[in-house]
Parts: sequence; C-alpha cells; structure tokens
Amino acid sequence: MKKDKNLTLWNDGTKTVAASLLSILMGVIFGGVLLFVVALALKMPLGSAWEGFRIVLAGVFNTGRNYDAGSALTFGFNARLVGDMLFRATPLIMTGLSVALAYKTGLFNIGAPGQYLMGTAASIIVALSMDTGAVPAFLVWLLAFLAAIAAGALWGCIPGLFKAYLNVNEVITSIMTNWIAANLVTLLFDGSRFINNVDFGKTGYTLKTSTNGVATAKLGLDFGGGNANAGILIAILFAAAAYVVINKTTFGYELRACGSNKNAARYAGMNEKRNIVLSMAIAGGLSAAGAALYFLQGDVEFYWHTSMTLPATGFNGIPVALLASCSPIGCIFSGMFMAYLTISGSQLSTFTAYNEYIANIIIAVIVYLSAFTLFFKGLMDKKKTAPGRSGDAPAPAAETAGKGTKKP
Amino acid sequence: MSENYVVEMLNITKVFPGIVANDNITLQLRRGEIHALLGENGAGKSTLMSVLFGLYQPEQGEIHMDGKKVEIRDPNDANALHIGMVHQHFKLVECFTVLDNIILGVEPNRFGFLQKKEARKRVVELSEKYGLLVDPDALVEDITVGMQQRTEILKMLYRENEILIFDEPTAVLTPQEIHELMQIMKSLAAEGKSILFITHKLNEIMEVCDRCSVLRKGRYIGTVDIKGTTKEELSRMMVGRDVKFAVDKAPAQPGETVLKVSGLTVPSRVHHNNAVKNVSFQVRRGEIVCIAGIDGNGQTEFVYALSGLEKSSAGKIELCGKDVTHCSIRQRAETGMSHIPEDRHKHGLVLDFPLEDNLVLQRYMDPRFQKGGFIQREPIRAYAEEMIEKFDIRSGQGPVTPVRSMSGGNQQKAIIAREVDMNADLLVAVQPTRGLDVGAIEYIHSQIVEQRDLGKAVLLVSLELDEVMNLSDRILVMYEGEIVGELDPKTTTVEELGLYMAGAKRNAGGKEAAAS
Repeated sequence: MKKDKNLTLWNDGTKTVAASLLSILMGVIFGGVLLFVVALALKMPLGSAWEGFRIVLAGVFNTGRNYDAGSALTFGFNARLVGDMLFRATPLIMTGLSVALAYKTGLFNIGAPGQYLMGTAASIIVALSMDTGAVPAFLVWLLAFLAAIAAGALWGCIPGLFKAYLNVNEVITSIMTNWIAANLVTLLFDGSRFINNVDFGKTGYTLKTSTNGVATAKLGLDFGGGNANAGILIAILFAAAAYVVINKTTFGYELRACGSNKNAARYAGMNEKRNIVLSMAIAGGLSAAGAALYFLQGDVEFYWHTSMTLPATGFNGIPVALLASCSPIGCIFSGMFMAYLTISGSQLSTFTAYNEYIANIIIAVIVYLSAFTLFFKGLMDKKKTAPGRSGDAPAPAAETAGKGTKKP
Repeated sequence: MSENYVVEMLNITKVFPGIVANDNITLQLRRGEIHALLGENGAGKSTLMSVLFGLYQPEQGEIHMDGKKVEIRDPNDANALHIGMVHQHFKLVECFTVLDNIILGVEPNRFGFLQKKEARKRVVELSEKYGLLVDPDALVEDITVGMQQRTEILKMLYRENEILIFDEPTAVLTPQEIHELMQIMKSLAAEGKSILFITHKLNEIMEVCDRCSVLRKGRYIGTVDIKGTTKEELSRMMVGRDVKFAVDKAPAQPGETVLKVSGLTVPSRVHHNNAVKNVSFQVRRGEIVCIAGIDGNGQTEFVYALSGLEKSSAGKIELCGKDVTHCSIRQRAETGMSHIPEDRHKHGLVLDFPLEDNLVLQRYMDPRFQKGGFIQREPIRAYAEEMIEKFDIRSGQGPVTPVRSMSGGNQQKAIIAREVDMNADLLVAVQPTRGLDVGAIEYIHSQIVEQRDLGKAVLLVSLELDEVMNLSDRILVMYEGEIVGELDPKTTTVEELGLYMAGAKRNAGGKEAAAS
C-alpha cells in the first residue's frame, strides 16, 4: 500500500500528463536507438548518430553548423524555426481537436482528412474569387474562414447522419467521404482560374491567397519573418472554447453522456441522434478551420491533384488527439509536439547524413510510441484498482470517508 | 492445516484508497459444503471473492488450498485452481451466442478450427442434466436476464470447476427457478463440489446452506452452522440491529387515474410475435400496482414502450390525462413520469460520470443547474450533497465519486434518489431491489410506500414474489405478453399467484383482463 501511495493520490489529470510525457520519452529513446542502428548499418561515424539525436531532441533550437569550429552543430534560439513550428502546429491542433471532440461522443472521426480538404478548397476559392478592391481583405479572410467551417461541417455531418439514423459505422462512411472529397477537390480546381498558371511549372498548385491580398494577420507574431501568424492564437482560442463546451456546458454534458453510455443518455431523454450529428458536424468544422488557418496564411500553395492522396495533417489529428488523451487543452501541446518533430525531421535531413525518409521513420516511431499514452495510463490505473467494477469495495468505509471528504 | 478445508482465506486485508474493504477476514470452506457469505451491500463480500478469484491482490493474508499456500494473481490462476465464479453483473459477450459465451476461453479446436459440435453436445448435456434451460444459438443480447444467468452457471460447469462462487445468483430468477437452482446446488455439493454462495436472501441460506459466514462493514462477524440458527439471528449479525421483514403500510387510498394504458401492443425484437399483446389497465394516485410475472413474459418490453425507449405498434398511453403514446422520452418525463430502470448499468447510470452528474442526468437543463447553456457546478454539487444526505448514498468521495466505483446498493440508491426527487405523478419502478440486501430493500420499500402516501401513482414491475405480495395494493399478472389476471394481495396466496404466473390460471372475470 505504501509503495503506490503517491500514485493513487495523483488525480486523473496528473496521471494523464505523466503518461503522455512517459510515452514521449519512450519514443525519443527508441528514436535515438534507431539513429544509432541506422548509423551502424550505413557505416556512418557514430558521432553523426549523436548529432542526429541532438537534432531530434532540440531540432527547433538548431542554428546550423559553426564551420569555424570543426562544423559543430550550434544550438540557440532560432526564431524562424520556432515560428515555423507554431505555424505547422496550427492545423494539427485543429484536426486534433476535431478527433478529440468526436471521441468524447464515442465517435472515431477518421474523416478529418476529407473535412480538411473541403475546408482547404472552400477557403482558397472564397479567398481568391472575391474582389479585395471592393471588399476589405480582412472581411474576405473572415468569409473564407467561415466558408471553410461550413464546408467541413457539412462534410462531417454526412457520416454523422448515417451513424445516427441508419447505424452505419462512422469509420466506414468517413473513409468514403474522405475519398469523395479528394476527388471532388481535384474536380473543383481542374481547369479553374485558381490554378497557378503564372509561375512556370507550378500548374499543379493553386495560387497563393496573398496574390489576392488575403493573408492571416501577424499580430506581432513575426518570428524573424517566418511563417508564424495569428492563426496559432485562433487555434488556441478554439481549443479553449472546445474545453469549455465539453466540460462546462449542458451541450457538452450531453455529448459526454452519449459517448459514455448511449443507452443511459437515451433513457434520460437526451436526443442522442441529434448529438451524434452535431458532434460530427462540429468535428468537421474544426478540421476545416484548421485547413483555412493553414492555407489563408497567404504564402502557402495547395497541391490540388489530391485525387490519389489524402492530407497527412488530417490523419495526424488522430495521434495529436490520442497523445492528448482527447483533452482539448492537451491538443495544443501535442499539436506543438508533432510540429516540433516535423521541424526536427527537416533539420535532420538538412544538417546530417540522414535522409528525409529516415527522418520520417524516426518521427513515425516517436509518434507511434507516443500513442501509448492510454497504455501507460492504464498501467498506472491498474496499480490502483483492478479492471472493471470494484465491487462492493468502496462503500464500507464510505461512512467514515464520506464525512471527511464532503469538500473534495 | 486441517485437511477438511478445501479453501482457506486467512486474515485477508484489502485496502482501497481511504477505505478498508476487508479487514482481517478469515473464511474457511469445507469440501462439499455450501457455504453462505452474508453481508449488506458494501460489507466487502464481493471484494473478498474478487481476492479469491484473483481480481485483487490483498495487502495482507494468505490463501490456502488443500492446506497448501497458493498465489492467485489473476483469474487465469483461479481457473487453473478450478475456481469458478458467476458474477453479480454478468461477464458475457453480448453479441455472441450462448454457446460461444460458454466455450469462450476454452474453445475446443482441432488444428485451430473450432469444434463447436462437441462443445454443443456437452453444453446441451449439462443444460439438461441440471435443468438449466438455454437456447445455445440465441444471441446473449436478445435473451432474458434469467437465461443470461443460466448461461453463466453453465459456463462454470463447462469448465469443470471444483470451487464454485455464486455471487447473488438468485436475484433475477423466478421462485420456481430458484427452487431448481437450490436443487442443482445441492446435487453439485453432493458430487463433492464446494460452493460459496453470496446472497442477501435469508430464506435461501436457511434452505440450502450448511454454514454461513457473516461480514459487516469490512469486518468478519462470525461463522455459524445453519442448523443452529434462525433468520432473525442472521439478519441481526448482518445489519447489527433487528430488521423488519414485512412492509409497514396503511391501506391504499386511490385517487384519480394517473396512467391509463389501453390496448398496448409492442412487437418483439427477438421473435415475430408481439412481446406485449393488447394490454390495458389503469394506475391511480395513492396506489401501488404491481406487474408480476416470470422473467421474459413481456414486462421489459412493456416498460420500454411505456417509457418511450421503444415504440409500440398499437394502443394508447395516457399520462395525467394527456396522450403520450407518441411523445419522446423527455416529454413523458416532463408530463410526469419517472422511471427506475431494470438494468441500472445499461440505462440507469453513466458509470464513468461522477455521482453528482448522474444525479442530474435528466435535470441538467433545469434553470437551477444551468444558465445560458453553462452547467452551474455549485448548485449541482449542493444538490448532490443534499441527495446524498437525504437518501443516505454512501460513496468514497461524495459528489465526485465515480459511480463505477460505488457498490450496487448505493448505485441503486442514487437512481432512486434521482427518480423520486423528480416528484413525478407516476413512478415506474422496475426490479428496484434487484441484488440488494435486506437493509437496503427495507429502505427502498419504505421510499416507494412513502411516494404512494404522498399521492403518487406507483407502477412496480417485480419478479420477486415477496416484494409483489408485500408492497403492492393490486397485482396484475403478465403471462406471455398478456395481463392474465388481477389479484388482491390481501386475499390471494403465493401459490395462487404462482399459478397465474405460470399460465395455469386465468382471471377472466377481472375487468382488466376482460379488455384483452
């Protein structure tokens, strides 16, 4: 009993954070081992593995190499990279929120990529087609952002409707709507005036929204002229809003009740069908908003031949949400972490002999192990109680304990 | 140690955060005996059995089998030692068939291919031998609670377990089935199997057990020989005071009609016939009307249709003068219906929610508990504390206790608190005392009578004859989806009630039955 006293005194939130950190640590250690194995296999000097490990650990703070001091890696505050991390984290936080929110209602939103694509198309089309001479650019930005949310919500509620009224598994319908979106988007852009026919060899991409003067405001988040902008603030606001909605409102209470015990929610008179549809629609809106925040940055191009691929940002919402144990606030940090890894990966292939594929594998391994959060949390919980109902256990002392813990 | 004991649990102490669930408990089981484990809800019986079954590791104490010390780390160890358990809440895979559930984990196979034929033969043999009637091919989610129970028992028999733990096995069985089960237990014991029988029902202990160990609030009170004791003695050991077995109530003074059901018909989900056929009756203010019947005769479907969980195909339900036949669940609740559901885990509670959230499960949108769509935590907590106090709901951490960690009796008290406090004109209570101890039953019965005396209409659905006879003012017997008789508990006998329940007798003269 004494041994795990501390563990049992931890509240649920602390345990979740500890489990997330533990799984990240496991992932990083395993990634490091992999770096050494690859170094050995490719007969690289072991020193380069050590360099690689340092970049994986602190890639965002890499400031290049000091060629005056034996080409040693240098580390320090790298404003551009930090800004880049914030920018890349923005859509990941949003897709993570999307998956997390649906999960609270007991739904697995694997449709985030499709919703993300619909949001991308809607935001780019609105941002490029409205005349910024007549309508102020910030208003166009806002309309594009809202159009994306509407498109994503529509796309999300399709699997929701099937699930609620026909009891078709949302995973199957989401996968189908993903591919419908992928082809629909290609169809929408094919031959349209939004394609970049200006720069040579760029016809596979859409025009940047900045060509129409539409770009997300920086609001002082310049970070050495990098990609960062106010989008990250909007994503954080959304995460805070999602937290409030899920935990503090009657709507969130209903969603959680439906997700936790559909039958009891129905028995209590909640409209579980409506809640399923709404939950999926909101999840879709969140994914699409993430896409808008990414592409309305102004300086990014969208490769519109999407018919064969689905955007990784959509799928990465799943590990972001899982790593955060589906906590909206946690998604802010796990989204940042994923972006951090992406930056580290690009630094790894730029500054060491590891190519981008190896970098990607290492990132994947870290993400994979990171998703063990629930597993580690389960281990911690197991110390406390065995699985399932704890039977008659807690009641006897309740007489004594109940009095002492009126104000927990 | 002595050769007599097949299992000995010596000085077991199991501590949960802030709670000593088992405090230095010793339990010794002789070979071939039926040993009752008696105690109130939350006395630590289930915990002790979970220790024996390997679900929990005790902080102190040892388990000996045949005099040798054994370590039981998980249920697999328990199985290897031929310890089997029928849990109070069944551990069945809902979407598997009865047969699949029975062989689960010990599937007979040849080269990795299932050999269901042999398994099936054995299951049918066992089921015939012990009179445990099951349909091996029915899906568990479609069969009645009673048949699920029989499946659990067969599961244990199929594994040739020597030490059988029955955790409140009779809670859901009909009197006949209970009688049969008692015979089965006796014959199993005669074959040399040792049985640990957890129950609250003193009659059953008196009938079938050799010895009885009593726990109270986590402590060991004593072990007595059944031959030398009485029901009163046992209940005093268990509760620590004298318990009244009869329900104290004044004659009913029925008022206006609150619920009027006419010609209600509900299709079955299992077969093509109707589960409820043309049922008509009324419930008035100030009376307790009980629907009695053997499990699986349409009571569940009837209640689902009444509460709105399922649609009826014909007929009319009038509540407080309003036609609610096609109303949503919430509209019915608002019109004046509260419902203590049959299955507290499936419908009654969100187990992962804290107690306070469960107490406002229907009322979270009350202006008292929310403002502009935002949950008001403080009033909810205050309300929960009020309910905990008023209904004596015992929990480890008060309003924030996860309901999953509460004992069955206290979970049920939470539901009763919630439903009674809704102050609805009609209280529908389905099996409200299933699996509860005499102290809790006494309490819940007094609550139901109090509701009646406050002028509420009460519709009770129960499988327990004692409850039906003690509590109700009028009895309607349901057999194969029909009301086959209306009886007055004051003038009828248990035997007569039994005949109606078994379909052997019909009361054509009854005005309700005449309508069908």
